[in-house]
This record gives sequence, structure tokens and C-alpha cells, in this order.
Amino acid sequence: MVNRETNSDEIKCQQVWREISNYLEDDVDASLRLAMDQHFRTCVRCRSVLEGTRNVVRLYSDERMIEMPAGFSVRMKRRLQQNARAGHSRWSSWYAWMVPLAALLLITGGIRVANSLTVTHPMKTAHGQPAQEIPPDMPVVVTTGAKLFHASGCPFIHNKQTERILTAREAMREGYVPCLRCMRKYLNTTIVGKGAGSGTDNPDLYANQDDDDLDAGGGGQ
Amino acid sequence: MMAEANLALRSPEPSDAAHEQHLIELVQRGHNELFYELVQPYERRVYAAAFAILRNESDAEDVAQEAMLKALANIRQFRAEARFSTWLIQITVNEALMRRRRERTVAMEGLDNRQDDDPEYAPREFADWREIPSEALERKEVRQQLASALASLDPKYREVFVLRDMQQLNIQETAEALGISIASVKTRLLRARLMLRDLLARGWESGWFSRLPFQKGTKPW
Repeated sequence: MVNRETNSDEIKCQQVWREISNYLEDDVDASLRLAMDQHFRTCVRCRSVLEGTRNVVRLYSDERMIEMPAGFSVRMKRRLQQNARAGHSRWSSWYAWMVPLAALLLITGGIRVANSLTVTHPMKTAHGQPAQEIPPDMPVVVTTGAKLFHASGCPFIHNKQTERILTAREAMREGYVPCLRCMRKYLNTTIVGKGAGSGTDNPDLYANQDDDDLDAGGGGQ
Repeated sequence: MMAEANLALRSPEPSDAAHEQHLIELVQRGHNELFYELVQPYERRVYAAAFAILRNESDAEDVAQEAMLKALANIRQFRAEARFSTWLIQITVNEALMRRRRERTVAMEGLDNRQDDDPEYAPREFADWREIPSEALERKEVRQQLASALASLDPKYREVFVLRDMQQLNIQETAEALGISIASVKTRLLRARLMLRDLLARGWESGWFSRLPFQKGTKPW
């Protein structure tokens, strides 16, 4: 072991050995590097350690130092390709049953959507008439809380501040039934009437409508 | 510096880097069939990383394959902030450490953890030195002697040495890959380099490099 202490700046061999790896990594501060450089110029043993360590790092970093088992690359490639195929196969089988499933869902969903577009709410009154003869696109008036739909201007519209204009089709979907007064001409009064002549104000017709919709006062609110 | 020189040796050419980036993007978009082309330049290093930890060819090959498959499965998580090779090596080290943990008994692991990282290591072999030409690695017996010296190291020194000096991970990457502190990496790296230097110096005395064209009367240490 060499330990020359010719002046106060000189460092000991042990300290050089402790730092020699960091020196090779260029991970020592400038003053230490300078001191080590000076030490290497004068200390044959530490220079031997430095250059021997350099040899170690250089030789082992050479790719020729890594020897793989024979056939390694072939097996690696095969495994990766098998995995890629398996992945594709998994995707294919997944895809194979997902496509019809998706189609089924689309069809089912489509039917539901179609049904939702044509669904008719229960009639708001069991006594209403189906109103098959009313033109479906005819504008009609409905109001909140009421059960009848009316032609615009019908004097029997209640709760006018909540009026909404719908088509007859939309009103019927929402469960409204035609006002027997303003929609009379579209209704088959013979169905409703009990032996009364058509086109007449048969009292039984009005009796089939709920009181809320029958304006006792004969006028709107 | 030495470390920088080694990195320069391993850094891909700009055109290679662009090609690699292009391959990464294609694989990330689902072209799994290109994955082997992407990783083929690194399979030797991946194997070496696994072997350094497991010391068994069969296990190392198996882990190398598993690591590649894991890398493929997680390729979309790869971000260009890290080198692709570093990312691959870190996955491999994790896989190898997990494999080793599974196979080790708790008692053995506890014993290993109790070993300290004594930074004091005094080189034993001193001789006149010179650089060993890399042509030395053309000879199989030289490679075998170097491999044998490496295998004789305690695993904790060998792993750090392999990742830093053979795999070219930097100190921090090595620490992260092994789950140890940067200070421990530096200490273990120093010990590994000095011990290998001593082992190879003894090999020199035994005539490992006797047929190399050194100048008469000089030794590489």
C-alpha cells in the first residue's frame, strides 16, 4: 500500500481507490480530480489500479462478452410470432362473436328506438275516443293537467296559460283524447253515442269526458 | 470519459433512432408483427440482464422471452423520455428479480439483505499496466475467463456491474431497476470493478492473455 505524504494537498492511495470508480464516471469534483490526477502521475500502483479498472470496464462493455444460448434468437422470434398470432386469433374469435352480438344489439336497439318513436301513452281517460279519423299532422292544443286535445280556439280549453301546440299524432302519443266538441267532425259518434244521431250534441258523449275537461261554464279560463 | 465512450459505442445512429421510433409507433398502433424487428438489436442485452440475475441459461432465456412479451403488452405505455433499450432492460430486470424472489427461500433472502456495502476494498494486484486490445475478445478462452470472473462475484455486485457497465444503464437507472439507493449502486460498482480487476490480474499471471501481442515486459494491469 502506498502512502506518500509529500505535501498537504496529496491524497492517500486508499482515498484514490475509494473514488476511482467515481473518477471513471466523471463523478468527482474538480479539486478531487486534480488531486487524483497528480497522485496518478507519481503513484505506479494507483495508476495500475486505474488502468486495470479501465480495462475491466472496456472489455466487459463489449457486446462480444454476452454469449447467448444457441438458437436463442430463433426461439425468441418464434415465441413473439406465436404470441402475435394468438393475439390475432384471440381478437378474431372475439371479433367473430362480437360482430353478430353487436348486430343483434343494433337491431334490438333499433327496434326499441322505433317503438319509442311510435309508442302511444295510455289514454289519459278511459272514456276517450281513439280518434282514428283525425288528420295526424293537424295542429292541436293541449294543456297541463287536462286530458283532451282541442282544435285551436275551442272554448273548452282549460288552463290556457299552459297551452302547447302539438300535432294530433303527438297529442295522441301523449295520451290525450279528442275533445268531443271541437273534434266532433272527426269522430265516429255512432261508436260513442248510444243510439243518438251522428253530429248531434249527444249528452252521453259529454258524459264520457272527465269533468275537468268539460267546461261547465262553456268558456276557457 | 469512459462511461461516455461506452454510451457512444452503444447509441444508435440517428437514422437507426428514427427507424426505431417509427417501428415503436407502428407497434403501438397494433402492428405486433414488427415487434421482433424492434427488439432484435437488444435481445442479447436482454438475455444478459436476465442471466446476470438468475445465473441459469434456461431461466434467463425464459425470463427474456417473458420480458419481451410484457414489453409488447405494455408498448403503448412507453414514452420517448427514456431510451427504448433502457425500458426493455428495466422490464427484464424486474421480471428476473421477481423470478428469483419466487424461487428463493425467505431465509436466504434475509441473509442476503443483511450483507452490508462496505466501500473499503483494497486492490491486491499491482503491476505495470497497458491497455488490453479489444481483439482479445475474439478468443473464446478470454471471453470464458472474463465470464467466469464475473460469475464468481457476489450477486449484488454482479447485478450492478452488469446493468451499469454491460447494459449501459446510468447510475440512477441501475438504482431504480434494482430498487436500491444511488449510493449503494456506486459502492457496489466500485467493489465489482476492483474485484474483477484483481481477478483478471491474477488471470494475467496465469497466462490468459499470453498469446496477445503485448510488448515484452509489460502487463495490462
